[in-house]
Amino acid sequence: MELNFTGTDICAVGGTRSPTEAHYDVVVVGAGPSGIAAALEAKQTGASVLLVDENPVSGALMCNDVPLYFGGRMTAATQNSERMLEAVFMSMPALESAIETEVELLLGTSAWGVYRNGPGLQSLPEQVVGLADAERSWLVGFDRIVLATGARDLALAFPGWNQPGVMGAAALQLLLTRYAAFAGRRILILGSHDLALETALLALEHGLEVAGLVEVRAAPQGSAELVAKLVQARIAIHCGAAIASARGGIDGIEAATLTSGETIACDTICAAVGLIPSIELVDAMHGPRELDARRGGYVPRGEPTVSAVGLCAGLADTGFDHIAYRMDWTRALAEVCVPDTIICQCEEVTRADLLGVQPPNYLTRPAPMCARSLETLLEDGPANPDQIKRLTRAGMGVCQGRRCRDQVAMLLALESGQPFAAIPLASHRAPVRPLPMKILADWHEPAEMEAAWDVWFGIPTQWVPVQDIGTPYEDEHRGMLYTGMYE
Amino acid sequence: MSGSEVVIVGGGVTGLSAGWWLARSGVKVTVLDKFIVGWEASGRNGGGASHYSSPLFDEEQRLWPQMDDLLGYPTEHQKERILIAMTERQWEQYRFVAARHQRLDHPVEVLDVKQVQEMVPLAGDNCFGGVHYKFGGHANPQRSVQAYAWALQDLGGTIHQHSPVTGFETAGGKVTAVKTANATYGCDAVVVAAGPQIPKLMAQLGVTVPLAAARAEMIITEPAPMMPIGGVDGHKLYGRQTMRGNLAYGGGPHEWLDVDEAGPAARPSTPLARNLARRLAELLPKAAHLNVIRSWAGVIENSPDGRPIIDRLTSPDNVVVASMSSVGFGLSPASGHAIHDLVIDGKCSFADIDILKLSRFAGLEPDWRERRGWTALA
Repeated sequence: MELNFTGTDICAVGGTRSPTEAHYDVVVVGAGPSGIAAALEAKQTGASVLLVDENPVSGALMCNDVPLYFGGRMTAATQNSERMLEAVFMSMPALESAIETEVELLLGTSAWGVYRNGPGLQSLPEQVVGLADAERSWLVGFDRIVLATGARDLALAFPGWNQPGVMGAAALQLLLTRYAAFAGRRILILGSHDLALETALLALEHGLEVAGLVEVRAAPQGSAELVAKLVQARIAIHCGAAIASARGGIDGIEAATLTSGETIACDTICAAVGLIPSIELVDAMHGPRELDARRGGYVPRGEPTVSAVGLCAGLADTGFDHIAYRMDWTRALAEVCVPDTIICQCEEVTRADLLGVQPPNYLTRPAPMCARSLETLLEDGPANPDQIKRLTRAGMGVCQGRRCRDQVAMLLALESGQPFAAIPLASHRAPVRPLPMKILADWHEPAEMEAAWDVWFGIPTQWVPVQDIGTPYEDEHRGMLYTGMYE
Repeated sequence: MSGSEVVIVGGGVTGLSAGWWLARSGVKVTVLDKFIVGWEASGRNGGGASHYSSPLFDEEQRLWPQMDDLLGYPTEHQKERILIAMTERQWEQYRFVAARHQRLDHPVEVLDVKQVQEMVPLAGDNCFGGVHYKFGGHANPQRSVQAYAWALQDLGGTIHQHSPVTGFETAGGKVTAVKTANATYGCDAVVVAAGPQIPKLMAQLGVTVPLAAARAEMIITEPAPMMPIGGVDGHKLYGRQTMRGNLAYGGGPHEWLDVDEAGPAARPSTPLARNLARRLAELLPKAAHLNVIRSWAGVIENSPDGRPIIDRLTSPDNVVVASMSSVGFGLSPASGHAIHDLVIDGKCSFADIDILKLSRFAGLEPDWRERRGWTALA
């Protein structure tokens, strides 16, 4: 077959770029206090500013524990998006002043990906952020992006944690302060550092019962002032104890038993051991980040066009080593977990299968497979959570690993005898929020995209059956299946 | 060659399969990989196993149904595929493909809309029809690549991860050792199956291997109800339903890259996820409400004609070079067998693979990438 090349590969990205709908000097992701402040500051310099916030999050996403660990403890009101929109707007008076300064505000709008040119990608005409609301997705170009995406919950497994009513402190705070849609009444709180203490006080302020706090270390970890307030409110802090198990019924949690043997009635168990800076967007765009134990985990390093503010940039540095604290919790809970304790709820990966690097139970496990384990895998190289994910599916589910990725990393550190810092951060991938296919879809793509679209590379000789090479069938094949790429 | 040592450069699916085949013959095998086995395109692809255009096709088809048993580890191999046409033009093209298969005695059946919907419950009545391939199939790339690695170890082979190859030692027209930063591995024969890094590595031996690297990407949904046949293609998409139920699909524009000895610097995905989502929502409309939960990209290499290069060189004469030219995963059971044969006997025992020789590019223009527009963007 004679081929005359045109010097252009129309099936390559060249002519098929995704158009943006708008361009802003500054895009701010997250309309909490830090995001609003960043938006107002940018506006004062005369910049065009877009401020987006995913709240109110759809009921469907909340059921998947995205973006926070809601644990099924939101009221039915969260299914009413208009009511939630009003609640979220009214809960943050500063939003009104932002609008008055002509910051463009979009609520109920998530940022699911940031894309820019760099190693392995040079085809983007500009740096863009992918946005989506309940109806559609679109791309917006920007000169500078400010990430004010906050922090997400650290979930921790213990027997019985995989039932409604086990949730995270960030989710609880959001439901109480912005959504007014918390469905629980009596809360047992795990942890005693400031996050746990503040969560307990907030719950009391909202007229809820706090059944107590549980602390694996010997003494309360947070500020003495906050501890004193709880003591005054006669809230017990059970130190030197972990939660051993939780039992529940059809509506979820009913009681928790501590390692001390004490059983505490509650309808909600709130994990308040730690918050993780929400760096999904930074990591998915291959932005620089570093582990900072005193700021709660991996934090963005910051770049000229990408900055982070608020909790996304790291928790307040009080000198407290969050990683060491979480590892103490991980160690304590490893003692109470049994082989069948689920670690990844989405994919139902048990602790035994995770540490055995075993495949899901719809696959057979011949003898050689059963003989493999984390221990044998470590003989080949250091533990890597992405490899564990491939083998066990832990972290591959619809919550996008939010409930298990941190625990898996800590368990790998524990089991491999490595410091937490030696375990690579499991990769984040766009879309960093689960997005329905029909919403993510580009229904208005340029015609050039379809013209250039080939199932694979569009190389005319690649799929010619070997028997047909040099026969008239070869030309017929090219004529039918390839058009436009070659003359 | 029992008792001799073969060093395999590249722990992708091709190198590992070759190593596994050699280990089965009692050859002492050492695989060197720059990172973790299968971390590049071998673990980032559509998992298809239906390469009817290849001289290795028959062997591919013979082996896949046996691979779980032969390896001792699950690969998630599933049989058969369905191709669905979503436009009149696609319907014309796919029927052409069906007729070609019939001519080549590959068992296929043309399906009307109703039959498509019966066999692919997530499809809609917006299609024109389909083609049922009663051959081929798909498997889980990540699981399969680890299965080869483990099976190779079970047979006494050695894998050194985190060991990028830096060069070779030669003497008397042979490669005598393969070097990494920290070690030198003496060898009787070498298999270079290092994907996009092949050209720069082979240049050290004075051998020109024309390959161009590119990035391609896929999207993954949350699990959908299981379909009778998970290998559903069409609408110019390739992909599969995993045994967990997820839909994993790719297709569309690629981006040509320059890749150096160290391999791809990054594998970024792009907003192409939106165009993939659109086509998948059209192909499987009853799954359009499902969440897309990931996207990812991989870097693959192509030869100038898009066909693999599997060849034992004449100088140095103990080197087999193997690039599968962007279709390596599915063919891996057969490519490993062919490479094994070339290492041991200098000739493939089960198929005529002369068409895959490197010498076919002897007269290739130096500017072959520019002529095809296969150059990296600035």
